[in-house]
Amino acid sequence: MEGTGAGIVAAKVVPALKGQTAKQAKAPEAPLAGPALDPSVPHSTIKLTINGQEHRVEVEDRWTLVELLRDHLKLTGTKIGCDRGECGACTVLVNGESAYSCSQLAVWMDGKTVTTVEGLARNGKLDPLQEAFIEHDGPQCGYCTSGQLMSAKALLLKNPHPNRDEVRAGMTGNICRCSNYNHYVEAVLAASGTLAADARRRA
Amino acid sequence: MKTFTSANPKSVSEAVKLLAKGNAAVAGGGSDLLGMVKDHLVSPDVLVNLRSIQGLDQVKEQANEVVIGGLVTLAELAEHPLIRGRYAVLAEAASVVGTPQIRNAGTLAGNVCQRPWCWYFRNGFPCYKNGGKTCFSVIGENEFHAIFGGGPSYIVHPSDTAPALVALDAKFKIAGPSGERMVEAADFFAPPSKDPGRENVLTHDEVLTEVRLPTYPHWTFMTPYSVTSSTLRSTYHKELDRESWTHAVASVAIALAMEGPTCKKARVVLGGVAPIPWRVPKVEAMLEGKRITPELAAQAGQAAVEGAKPLAKNKYKVALTAAIVKRTLTDLGSA
Ligand SMILES: Cc1cc2nc3c(=O)[nH]c(=O)nc-3n(C[C@H](O)[C@H](O)[C@H](O)COP(=O)(O)OP(=O)(O)OC[C@H]3O[C@@H](n4cnc5c(N)ncnc54)[C@H](O)[C@@H]3O)c2cc1C
Ligand code: FES
Ligand code: FES
Repeated sequence: MEGTGAGIVAAKVVPALKGQTAKQAKAPEAPLAGPALDPSVPHSTIKLTINGQEHRVEVEDRWTLVELLRDHLKLTGTKIGCDRGECGACTVLVNGESAYSCSQLAVWMDGKTVTTVEGLARNGKLDPLQEAFIEHDGPQCGYCTSGQLMSAKALLLKNPHPNRDEVRAGMTGNICRCSNYNHYVEAVLAASGTLAADARRRA
Repeated sequence: MKTFTSANPKSVSEAVKLLAKGNAAVAGGGSDLLGMVKDHLVSPDVLVNLRSIQGLDQVKEQANEVVIGGLVTLAELAEHPLIRGRYAVLAEAASVVGTPQIRNAGTLAGNVCQRPWCWYFRNGFPCYKNGGKTCFSVIGENEFHAIFGGGPSYIVHPSDTAPALVALDAKFKIAGPSGERMVEAADFFAPPSKDPGRENVLTHDEVLTEVRLPTYPHWTFMTPYSVTSSTLRSTYHKELDRESWTHAVASVAIALAMEGPTCKKARVVLGGVAPIPWRVPKVEAMLEGKRITPELAAQAGQAAVEGAKPLAKNKYKVALTAAIVKRTLTDLGSA
């Protein structure tokens, strides 16, 4: 399942997620996995915090953040769709703000704090957004889901009780090829406790 | 991606030295540049990260002007109380760029200096913008291309903030190997008739470091008038072929100095329809000294598209531009 649909996995398989977060919390500085760094290519050492854990990693200067996350830190919940800053599948939080991780170099993350979809659940408990995504059938194929979750998270960090228009505007950077937009908007409204107010307003 | 060295200069002069030395490119937010590197449209050996330079990410008010650092992000500009309050056209333009993720990363300088998004250029066709000697849009797919000022390249300038900055009489501070220079926003953008390979006057070793907005009432274009009781009203309107995510099909930035109901001075600048932000002085002259009635707004809309030279597939832009000028002026005039 790795590399496909992990947004759904993260949202639906609670025990697996529990295991994952527990493992992460205990792990020492994650070693680089995956394709090794090519020492003949310009590289740099950076320090960054990912999902609450500090990492000191050597990266090729040309690596994007999503390449570092997926290929070398095995955080495959973050997806690559377009790799051009156009689809939102790769959305993560950088210092609490939404960012396309395909359009940021890993070296630029030195000193920054990154949150990926794997970092949403706390102590084995899903984030209210994840619960709402399940409840409201947010994911269809699930490919865009982790990115949708991270954009929604960024929105609620800034604006905890958005109305429907604000949710729609806040999520415009994430394309869903299954076109399940309405369910995602419902889910975000539900998670922020504004769904009932929205229903009253529209009644 | 092609290999390159990422450089983190600590000062503008260090950045400029890196650029002057050889095959280097500057990155602000990187939201445009990284895509071009991936597509081999630019292949720098050194990628100069401007965000390592301190102090370029602030909005400051000083005598007679507001200084916006080139690295201020579009998200910050859109929310900034001073910019929203005084220069609404700029805050509004920043707020409709792309998506939240693009606005979080994208810098003002990067927005102004972004390369065109013509599909021939972006797909690597050997056009003027890729160092070639032709513009494929002339006989090709040109629904999003220029209706004004085209030739020999027919790209449209893609920046949303550029028309707003021209409408506000902004000045750009440019740093290069031989020091700094100030350029009027309107003179910064260069038509393809000058050099079809480029969109502005920057040389390869220059960096845009600051944008300066004249502080009302020192707004240059108001000087011949008594300005004590006049107010600046400005706004940006952008038409898209969908609700979000993309560049303007046509847009208009309008700034009006109003004295009561009368327009004393006007700036009307079109976006998405020409290779540079397209000022329409004739429309500005029509508005000055008058009340902005719906009738005058309609005439202004028609005047704005006089002389348009649409290509085979973009005639719709003529009517669209006339309509948004009319509508935006009507709204602003009655605000
Ligand atoms: C999906 C998508 C949608 C977009 N939609 C819009 C839109 O609606 N409206 C819009 O205006 N733009 C849009 N853009 C274009 C662009 O990404 C943004 O305009 C952004 O503001 C660019 O800023 P940046 O700092 O990321 O630029 P960068 O990518 O860092 O740089 C862009 C270019 O400018 C040069 N540059 C950067 N900073 C400087 C400087 N200080 N001095 C000299 N040269 C410099 C770079 O070398 C590069 O050529 C979109 C992009 C994408 C991917
Ligand atoms: S993969 Fe980054 S935006 Fe599509
Ligand atoms: S759920 Fe399939 S892409 Fe969004």
